[in-house]
Amino acid sequence: MIPTVNLAALRQARWCQFALRFVLGGIVTVCTGLVAQHWGPVIGGLFLSFPAIFPASATLLEQHQNEKKRRAGMHSPRRGRDAAALDAAGAVLGGFGLVAFACVAWLALPVLFAVGALALAGLAWLVVAVSLWWLRRHW
Amino acid sequence: MELLWRFLLGGAIVSAFALIGDVVRPKRFAGLFGGAPSVALATLAVTVVYDGRTYASVEARSMIFSSVGFILYVYVVCRVLASGRGRAGWVSMVALGIWGIVAFAAGWVLGWSSA
Repeated sequence: MIPTVNLAALRQARWCQFALRFVLGGIVTVCTGLVAQHWGPVIGGLFLSFPAIFPASATLLEQHQNEKKRRAGMHSPRRGRDAAALDAAGAVLGGFGLVAFACVAWLALPVLFAVGALALAGLAWLVVAVSLWWLRRHW
Repeated sequence: MELLWRFLLGGAIVSAFALIGDVVRPKRFAGLFGGAPSVALATLAVTVVYDGRTYASVEARSMIFSSVGFILYVYVVCRVLASGRGRAGWVSMVALGIWGIVAFAAGWVLGWSSA
């Protein structure tokens, strides 16, 4: 199966969900910077993979799926939970990409231009995460 | 000013990855973006500007260890939700302790080895 883009999903989302993610993402990034300023880069770096947005996203996804089923006349909470579980399963694969991102950033930042090093690290995340997803689908 | 940049860049990158996760299908593929390096990209970009590349590289090294904690965290959340126990919000909040334990252990080992 080839991944597809469904822009209709954007119409179902509320503006406050986008605002919540923006504010949460901003707050976590600020806190990460403050931790690094206070305790140094070794401890501050640990928070670069803090799953800040994940609980909010999982909750919104579960609510959204349950609401959809409720409107269709079904009242089981199982559907929303399954959708959140599938999302988490994908995030596990994305997590392996995070390890690749961190390894490449660690090695490339001292020797390459910052933009190039971060672009290379981002590419490493994408390649590892998508490759694992593809392997998971076919084996 | 640095904190304002962190807030704006962090918010923008987190929102961008979340938006991609909202519109792509199938669901497991969309889930990949829940493990996107959004906070890391924003933090490292600002850190490079204000503290230099070497400082940012040390942060990235620590991230390798806490990313293992992230994998364990989302794996446990996935298994618990798939077994039909708990609500997504509660499970994903309580399980944050797993990430915390791994990050604390990594911080202790890294701090001890660099002392």
